[in-house]
Amino acid sequence: MDKRAVFRSWWLPTAFALPQLALIVLFFYWPAVAVVRWAFTLEPPFGGSAEFVGLANFREVFADPLYWNSVLVSLTFALAGTLSTIFIGLVLALAVDRQLPGSGAVRFLYILPYAIAGPAAGLAFRFILSPERGLMASVNSVFPDFWNPARYGSHALILVIVVFAWKWAGYTFIFLLAGLQSVPTSLTEAAAMDGSGPIRRAIDIQIPLLAPTLFFLSVVMMTEGFVGADTYGIVARTTDGGPNHGTDVMVYRIVEEAFRGLNYSGASAQSIVLIGLIMIFTFIQFRFIERRVHYK
Amino acid sequence: MKPSVFPFVLTGLLAATTLTATTLSATSAHAEKTRFEFWYGLTGDLSDRVQEACSKFNQSQGDFEVVCTSQNAYDATLQNTIAAYRAKKQPAITQIYDAGTLDLMLSKAFVPAKTLMADNGYKIDWDNYFSGIANYYATASGELNSFPFNSSTAMFYYNVDAFQKAGIDFKPDTWEQVEEAARKLKAAGYDCPMGMNFDTWATMEQFSAIHNQPIATQANGYKGLDAEVVFNKTRFVDQVKFLKRLADEKLVVIKTKQLGMDVVPAFTSQTCQMIQTSIADHGTIGRTLPQGVKWEVAMLPVWNGTERQNSLVGGASLWVMAGLPQAQYKGAAAFLAYLGTPEMAQWWSTVTGYIPVTKTGFDAMKANGFYDKAPYKGRELAIASLTYTPTSENTRGIRLGGFTQIRKEVGTALEAIFMQNADVQTALDQAAERSNAVLRRFEKTYSGQTLN
Repeated sequence: MDKRAVFRSWWLPTAFALPQLALIVLFFYWPAVAVVRWAFTLEPPFGGSAEFVGLANFREVFADPLYWNSVLVSLTFALAGTLSTIFIGLVLALAVDRQLPGSGAVRFLYILPYAIAGPAAGLAFRFILSPERGLMASVNSVFPDFWNPARYGSHALILVIVVFAWKWAGYTFIFLLAGLQSVPTSLTEAAAMDGSGPIRRAIDIQIPLLAPTLFFLSVVMMTEGFVGADTYGIVARTTDGGPNHGTDVMVYRIVEEAFRGLNYSGASAQSIVLIGLIMIFTFIQFRFIERRVHYK
Repeated sequence: MKPSVFPFVLTGLLAATTLTATTLSATSAHAEKTRFEFWYGLTGDLSDRVQEACSKFNQSQGDFEVVCTSQNAYDATLQNTIAAYRAKKQPAITQIYDAGTLDLMLSKAFVPAKTLMADNGYKIDWDNYFSGIANYYATASGELNSFPFNSSTAMFYYNVDAFQKAGIDFKPDTWEQVEEAARKLKAAGYDCPMGMNFDTWATMEQFSAIHNQPIATQANGYKGLDAEVVFNKTRFVDQVKFLKRLADEKLVVIKTKQLGMDVVPAFTSQTCQMIQTSIADHGTIGRTLPQGVKWEVAMLPVWNGTERQNSLVGGASLWVMAGLPQAQYKGAAAFLAYLGTPEMAQWWSTVTGYIPVTKTGFDAMKANGFYDKAPYKGRELAIASLTYTPTSENTRGIRLGGFTQIRKEVGTALEAIFMQNADVQTALDQAAERSNAVLRRFEKTYSGQTLN
């Protein structure tokens, strides 16, 4: 049995927790309740009579084929974004972990993109990867439309995933590097003495031992891909959801509908569906993937 | 740990909670001065000009102090005004863009312009506003609810040097001439005779107005909330087919920010030789084109044999919000009267490029010779375009709910047509169907209300 220090009274710990609780209630639960209210009513933006409409807002959302398109786009974006950020972060972390000369400076550089706001990164990449003026312009002049995110939805989706991965790979890198540093060096040294190279050591020893970190990152990055402020910012700054709804991710659709279309009710209904979807995904991740993760 | 957009979306939706942070205590340090707020959506250079106007007003008298705050975008201004109104922290005056007019009109959250000025003892000659401008913001019976402020309309810009090199000896007054000019420019080696983007303002709204085509039934929505869009059944469809044919022949070239360059930079970098854009870009174009390049601005082309109608006004108007202390309304009325003086009107149009909204303002500028020489020469054509004919049912304005979304639907259809070769009629039909769904939801949201 561990020796534990406990508070004797109940009010002191509550008082300590109070500021945090107040913030959570004020900035999450209260708005969430308001969203639920909006989702079941139809109310003019400036206020007035809120008419209860039951499930009409949800029916309207589900009946819209473009809504299902945005669910599909969001899924693709979140999955591809998660896999690419974790893969890139892992490769970079494994390389930096070898402590070759200069790895300190490189480590700093790899983290840097994470400090840049998503919309800013999106704006930069819109120019860098623009089909007529950017890096690919010369390729396009030989092979027309080889890269054209303004024409092909698939290219546009790749564009936003690239921006997302560029920024968030630095984030996964931090966690994975920290994880790697807790892998006992005796294990990797022993493997090295047995003659296995860096790649073999990574696959057989380091990656299995990183399982808890990888699991944590997959949950966080999936959520980020679905509802992250960056996801909205990147899409709004690069493609505006286009071409022809090709990158119309769910958060982009919600923000556009609420704040540009002033359709608060429809946007609230979509928000609730999105919250539900995230809960389902997180549940699946914990139920089926976490079982295979060994923490000790 | 993970910044999520949710708290923002959620708090934003709960309008009432977000604005509590806005700090401006009503109790002023200077007890003798009444302070009131003015929110606007202009940014950059234009925002500095608004600030200048505010300080001019504050220095011109000792009773009131206007506090002017940029909300960084038109749609954000509308959004923030809504949030502020719900939290009972609304500004006295707010600048709302053309597409948000109906939302304000149905809100019951404003003091009508006429009432405000009459109550505070100002005599305003409401007929002094250009009818093409005033009608956009007035009720169906012609009453102005808000003050027209910064106004513009779409114009046609072309590169005279390129025209001369290509041996074109006419002005592009008709679309037939535009096509002919485009062919000659192409033959002379210009890769982009005419640039185009997917903004519907010039391509759909202005085109429909000057060709006297409706965008929606019920006089473009003026006569009732049950209006339905009809842009998929008018000459606009033929126009899109025409532009698509020219695009296929590379006579019209798509220029969007996604491709790397929008139409205005495409024109000022002399990549494209003809574009349609706002008169508000006149100053930018003049400043950005290299010295010595000859260019010209003209009214938008019409099809041969069409009787040209007046074009539509774009921009924004100033609304006075309801529910504030009486003293603030005195200040707001004084401020709006000050902005309306011919001297201020002239100053505003000179420094910004927006057109004057009143006849006396325009006449004063004309008398001063403002329009006679560069860089302002050509801007008078915007007034000529706006006042070309008395307004008809189709050219009065567009009074449709959720019009920002409708613009987006049409823009997406154009994107599908020009970038992905979608069928013109099918794509526009789809956009119309989706636009009508937006209108029906709007009608339901405001059920029981009628337009007056």
